[in-house]
Amino acid sequence: MSDFETVAASEDPHARRGPSGEPNAPNQIGGTSVTPGRPRSLAGDAWRDLRRKPIFWISSALVLVVTAMAAVPALFTTADPADCLLSRQHAGPSGGAIFGYDFQGCNTYARAVYGARASLLVGALSALLTGLIALTVGMLAGYFGRWIDAVLSRVIDIVLGIPLLLAAIVLLKRVASDSATIRIAAVIFVLAVLGWTTTARVVRSSVITAKEQDYVSAARMLGASNSRIMWRHILPNTLAPAIVVLTIALGSFIAAEATLSFLGIGLKEPTISWGIDINNGRVHMRESATPLMVPSTFLALTVLAFIMLGDAIRDAFDPKLR
Amino acid sequence: MVRFILRRLLQMVLAFFGTTLIVYALMFAGQGDPIQALAGERPVTEAQRAYLTEKFHLDRTGIDGFFYRYFDYIRNLLQGDLGESLTGRQIGDILAAAWPVTIKLALIAMAVTVLVGVTAGVLAGVRRASIFDNSTLLLTLVVLAVPTIVLAPIAQYLLGVRWQLFPPTAGADPDFYSLLLPGIVLGSLSLATALRLTRTAVAENLRADYVRTARSKGLVKRRIVGIHVLRNSLIPVVTFLGVELGNLMGGAIITEGVFNIPGVGFNLFRAIRTEDGPLVVGIVSVLVVVYLIANLVVDVLYAVLDPRIRYE
Repeated sequence: MSDFETVAASEDPHARRGPSGEPNAPNQIGGTSVTPGRPRSLAGDAWRDLRRKPIFWISSALVLVVTAMAAVPALFTTADPADCLLSRQHAGPSGGAIFGYDFQGCNTYARAVYGARASLLVGALSALLTGLIALTVGMLAGYFGRWIDAVLSRVIDIVLGIPLLLAAIVLLKRVASDSATIRIAAVIFVLAVLGWTTTARVVRSSVITAKEQDYVSAARMLGASNSRIMWRHILPNTLAPAIVVLTIALGSFIAAEATLSFLGIGLKEPTISWGIDINNGRVHMRESATPLMVPSTFLALTVLAFIMLGDAIRDAFDPKLR
Repeated sequence: MVRFILRRLLQMVLAFFGTTLIVYALMFAGQGDPIQALAGERPVTEAQRAYLTEKFHLDRTGIDGFFYRYFDYIRNLLQGDLGESLTGRQIGDILAAAWPVTIKLALIAMAVTVLVGVTAGVLAGVRRASIFDNSTLLLTLVVLAVPTIVLAPIAQYLLGVRWQLFPPTAGADPDFYSLLLPGIVLGSLSLATALRLTRTAVAENLRADYVRTARSKGLVKRRIVGIHVLRNSLIPVVTFLGVELGNLMGGAIITEGVFNIPGVGFNLFRAIRTEDGPLVVGIVSVLVVVYLIANLVVDVLYAVLDPRIRYE
């Protein structure tokens, strides 16, 4: 441990409490309360690194705000996004509508707030589905190796070679239904089916590293079955890198959903989506630019928040960049 | 090397059949009665039905018939016959008119990427952890995160409509000036990646042994960076730009749509809007082939450029 880190450790209030005879909760997650004498975990080091980064705090705050917006939009606006009157077309800002009204006379701000739900739902669920596919494929390929690895790796190569936007266009054109639930499910499914490959490669390589470790050999000698070794010993060690990749993927899934809705093949009215609103605002931007600017800003900030968060966590977990 | 190229070629063939099979199955299989769909509301006579059944090989049923028609489609695709769009134009003609425009746009975007991205990347890499370095890193993160559907309309509004620095849209036969703004928008994404790649490579190479040797020989810093480091740092950038050129050819759907540029992406944009199924499949098939070939060329180029890399 370098001098700098020793100094930093001695300044840590939790670390100072150690010698006074209170080993407080050594199993606590995050590792900030690890007593001196025990080496700090990688997660603990990463957390110490993250705490000092303003980017981490800014992006976490943005993610929290958008999540709250998706969960309880009424907290942010009392206006009804479906309350549209043509007589208010492009009307300026007023009490209930701080950004005025759009071409259809809908409240621009209210629509942007309510649009967070579809975006986050698609982003989070496709990231979750991506994670499930990637963990299964990566675990099987990495743990069993041999022909299973050869076959699965080739499948990954092929799927990786398919351009995401083009394939999504073809797949989603096939979905004829206009029902909101079916369209959301279709977009989630398409994004996950096309987007799992990078995460699967990350999982595969960390499984390969983890299965050579002594504790895995020890577990095997004690008679643990393959499924127990995979589930209890290897999985926890592959989760951290996978979650980092998935955070960044979540941001790009939100961007992909907006792009598909913008093109008119993702989500459709009456579902409120930033992509649809950006496209509508674009058509009438000569008359009034705010209906274009507001959903654009919401979308850009959300995507930026997730990508910055993932980037910051990855930097913190990568010891080479320290 | 030969083994690597052969293996890579085999992989590409697999990917080609995999993708086209998916595209084909999704667009044409399991559609109910295709002859009635072609005729619309009108009744179909027995003679017409027999003629169309024979023309499109619909007499073969089941999985056998599906693959027969799939290979028919592949054969036509390889011969350059892409069929007709719903408006009756040859898809091959549409694409032939659209390619030059798209290539012009892609080259402008590429020039912007190389000029700005590589220069700023070298500067950031040399002055690592300086204010310039940190601000470019943050700026590229922002550019990488802002989707094209936000960047393109807002650039069009601010620079084209509000301040009128550039023409807001390009017409039927666009000149260089009207393609400049879309080119910058299109290039900004790859610019950010190229900048980050150059920066990392330069910063890494500056610590290499050969740089120390050059410095102890008494070479000036400009020569060390400009000749020794740059040449070694550009290998990953060149390969990235190769992949990106393939992406730019087809990935310009949004940019060409927003700026009204009559390229390949614009035609795809319009075909999606007008529900022109055959045109979508035709363009997507061609774009997938372009994408696969670009990837292959880049992988081979990578192995040629950097002999340290062995693909065995």
